[in-house]
Amino acid sequence: MAEPVLALEGLRKQFGGLVVTDQVTLSVAPGELHAVIGPNGAGKTTLINQISGVLPSDSGRILFAGHDITRLPPHERARRGLARTFQITSVLPAFSALENVAVAVQAHAGSSYRFVGDAAAEPALNGPALAALEEVGLAERADVPAGHLSHGEKRALELAMALVTEPKLLLLDEPMAGTGREETARLIAVLRRLKGRFAMMLVEHDMTAVFALADHISVLIYGRILLSGKPDEVREDPQVVAAYLGDEIEFER
Amino acid sequence: MSTTLLVVQVLNGLQLGVLLFLIAAGLTLVFGVMDFINLAHGVQYMLGAYLAVAFYGLTDSFVLALVLALAAALAFGLLLEAAVFRHLYGRDHLDHVIATFGIILFLNAAVKYVWGAAPLSLPVPEALTGSVALAPGILYPVWRLVIIGSGLAVAALLWVLVSRTRMGMLVRAGATNPEMVSALGVDIRRLFTLVFGFGAMLAGFAGIMIAPILSVEPGMGDTILILAFVVIVIGGIGSIRGAFVAALLIGLVDTLGRSFAVDVLRLFMSSSTARTVGPALASMLIYLLMAVVLYVRPTGLFPAKGR
Amino acid sequence: MTQAVGPVEAAPRTRRSRAAVALPLVLFAALALLPLVTAALSAGYMLDLFVRVMIFAIAALSVDLLIGYAALVTFGQAAFVGLGAYAVGMLGAHEITDLTIALPVALLASGLFALVTGLVCLRTKGVYFIMITLAFGQMAFFTASSLAPYGGDDGLTVHERSTLFGVAVLDRPVVFYYVVLAALLAVYLTCRTLIASRFGRVLRGAKDNALRMTTLGFQVYRFQLVAYVIAGMIAGLAGVLLANATEFVSPAYMSWQRSGELIIMVLLGGLGTLHGAVLGAIAFLLLEEWLATLTEHWKMIFGPLLVLVVVFVRGGLIGIGTALAGAVSRRLRRG
Repeated sequence: MAEPVLALEGLRKQFGGLVVTDQVTLSVAPGELHAVIGPNGAGKTTLINQISGVLPSDSGRILFAGHDITRLPPHERARRGLARTFQITSVLPAFSALENVAVAVQAHAGSSYRFVGDAAAEPALNGPALAALEEVGLAERADVPAGHLSHGEKRALELAMALVTEPKLLLLDEPMAGTGREETARLIAVLRRLKGRFAMMLVEHDMTAVFALADHISVLIYGRILLSGKPDEVREDPQVVAAYLGDEIEFER
Repeated sequence: MSTTLLVVQVLNGLQLGVLLFLIAAGLTLVFGVMDFINLAHGVQYMLGAYLAVAFYGLTDSFVLALVLALAAALAFGLLLEAAVFRHLYGRDHLDHVIATFGIILFLNAAVKYVWGAAPLSLPVPEALTGSVALAPGILYPVWRLVIIGSGLAVAALLWVLVSRTRMGMLVRAGATNPEMVSALGVDIRRLFTLVFGFGAMLAGFAGIMIAPILSVEPGMGDTILILAFVVIVIGGIGSIRGAFVAALLIGLVDTLGRSFAVDVLRLFMSSSTARTVGPALASMLIYLLMAVVLYVRPTGLFPAKGR
Repeated sequence: MTQAVGPVEAAPRTRRSRAAVALPLVLFAALALLPLVTAALSAGYMLDLFVRVMIFAIAALSVDLLIGYAALVTFGQAAFVGLGAYAVGMLGAHEITDLTIALPVALLASGLFALVTGLVCLRTKGVYFIMITLAFGQMAFFTASSLAPYGGDDGLTVHERSTLFGVAVLDRPVVFYYVVLAALLAVYLTCRTLIASRFGRVLRGAKDNALRMTTLGFQVYRFQLVAYVIAGMIAGLAGVLLANATEFVSPAYMSWQRSGELIIMVLLGGLGTLHGAVLGAIAFLLLEEWLATLTEHWKMIFGPLLVLVVVFVRGGLIGIGTALAGAVSRRLRRG
């Protein structure tokens, strides 16, 4: 197997007396979609925040493309190709969908101290932006102000904004949260299309989405990895069924 | 610089600080609890002074003038709240700025229309005229001591009100977390009105107390308003304690700076240069202090809100 | 999906652009033709009035750049106008009157003041920012008032208007008028360009959702600081012209009421449109001029007017402005 894009070694985070993540060790191979599942409060979002650098880790190491990034600030990690989306959608509501993505292109191109020239007419920005919109199925909505998009469309827009930064790894923090059934199906289709272009780490509650997309699943419970394996192995593991999937099934009844 | 002068100037600084606190207290509460920028707070101070002069003219008694002017200042504050400010809560800060700016324009012009542009004065109450010897050779006007004393008394009263009463608890909670207070089922509107009226009365009180030693004239509230802003920004918006500390700090720094800047600079440069640079530097001093404080702590010394 | 590829680059802009192009064109054409009218009516005072209007329009443009496009509600912009004016006045007191020196000095001084104060102001947000810019404005005001060698409270007479390479070009009223108009046009176009540029887009983005821009990797603070310095220099330019127009320099130029008036101009005309700042300056100063002919106490009318506008017309006259602009553009499209 090739060198993993992301390798976590014994990662730990505690808030006061509360240990939120502990001894988290896992790796994500290039092009792989790695899902992290677990009940509420298992530490999934904390883990994402540790990886993206929003929260410092108490101990353990984070290796990204072979380099230790444990102590790097978030924007430095982003610059190295670690992109993320947020649990709560965050777009520029007054900007058109296209301009949202174009700003991301601009951020990635790293040349924003240009005081002349109409940025809205720059092919160098609009080209990649439009291509990304097309990939997430939003090309027809390019001119719509992002604030007017539906929740699912905003999710797709965020995805497009992450795409243009040409990430090596994309962290997806509950992308299906709050979307309707139809929109979820569309997002799954989009993610499936993107699979293989770069590695993704998906934190998600929607088990349909997880089992439809994941190459590899890690189950996080009380901050620890209970099990890590292929979707089929996870689905059939009695421990997981008892600790997590069982709950879910019971809950749905 | 002699010790006598230093003592006198420290007292003057305290007096300015106390005055600033009276104005800043209302301002910081209105900010903290209602997230409302009230530029018109300064004209309420001016109005207090004018009302005192007017009522003194009618009654010939300082005490009566004080009581009547306080009541009128409170009434006017409540009127303003009901007529204008109430419609602006929750709006953009820019709207607050423009509307209260309009009130300033109106009131400054209105006092000029009613009382004329010439400065008026209010005599110091008979019993409190003259000076008192604080130490051999150090004379200090009694009235200024009264201002300091009453300001400190108001500060103490405020402290009791805010930390010991149910209303105070709500005000404190409102400054930290307004949503929670309304969620508790408290009539937040009434709380707002009360805080507002009380703040207006405090500003009016400051105006009344200062009237005997300053000339009462249109626009007198504008300068003090900016100083009060500096105070609450340094102290941390919404914090009474911060306003108190910052008000005394600003009062002392400004007064001592103005009195001694030239003397201090003379140690480093020629007399004539010091006389030119000194006053300019002295008038910049408090703003420099503010800049330093905010550079280190962008939300002031005692930030009330967790933001 | 494919059909959007072609027109998409221009599409979002055309709708807005009609009004955004027609209105300024009409405005600047009217300003350019005004001297002909005043000459025909021999109404020289009108020329002076409009020189003042245009100078304040320049300052108001700098305010719109900050409030309308960067969400930086500055309440100290008059200080920069004053700095520009004092540069002319103080240099004049030392008999340096040439624009080749006065203008760079004025721009440098206002830019530097913006840089230093901006470093502090921009670390804060919201209410704090409003009050700190206000406080720094007052600092400049009081400092100017205490400059005894340069008139102190009383201000300073500018004995002769600025020269250009030793030639007294600004002495003829009509020439001066057109110089101010040219400056206004230049500033307007500069701001337009700036806003549409990549830099301007970052500013606008930060106004919309600063947190998102930060997570995209933009250091918003720096962009805002650059904008603050540019706006300060524009206001400084207005100050240079103001000192020449009034042939007098006073601390009052820096007062916080002046800063407030600049904000009101921008709000009256329409925030975040640029030409709104020009329109607002015209409306404000003409209204002031007219009210002042009615009564000495005109502020007793003007003040409540402001309150009414804010309370009852949500967001000021902007709504009316855009509605009118929309009507104009619709008519233009039809005709």
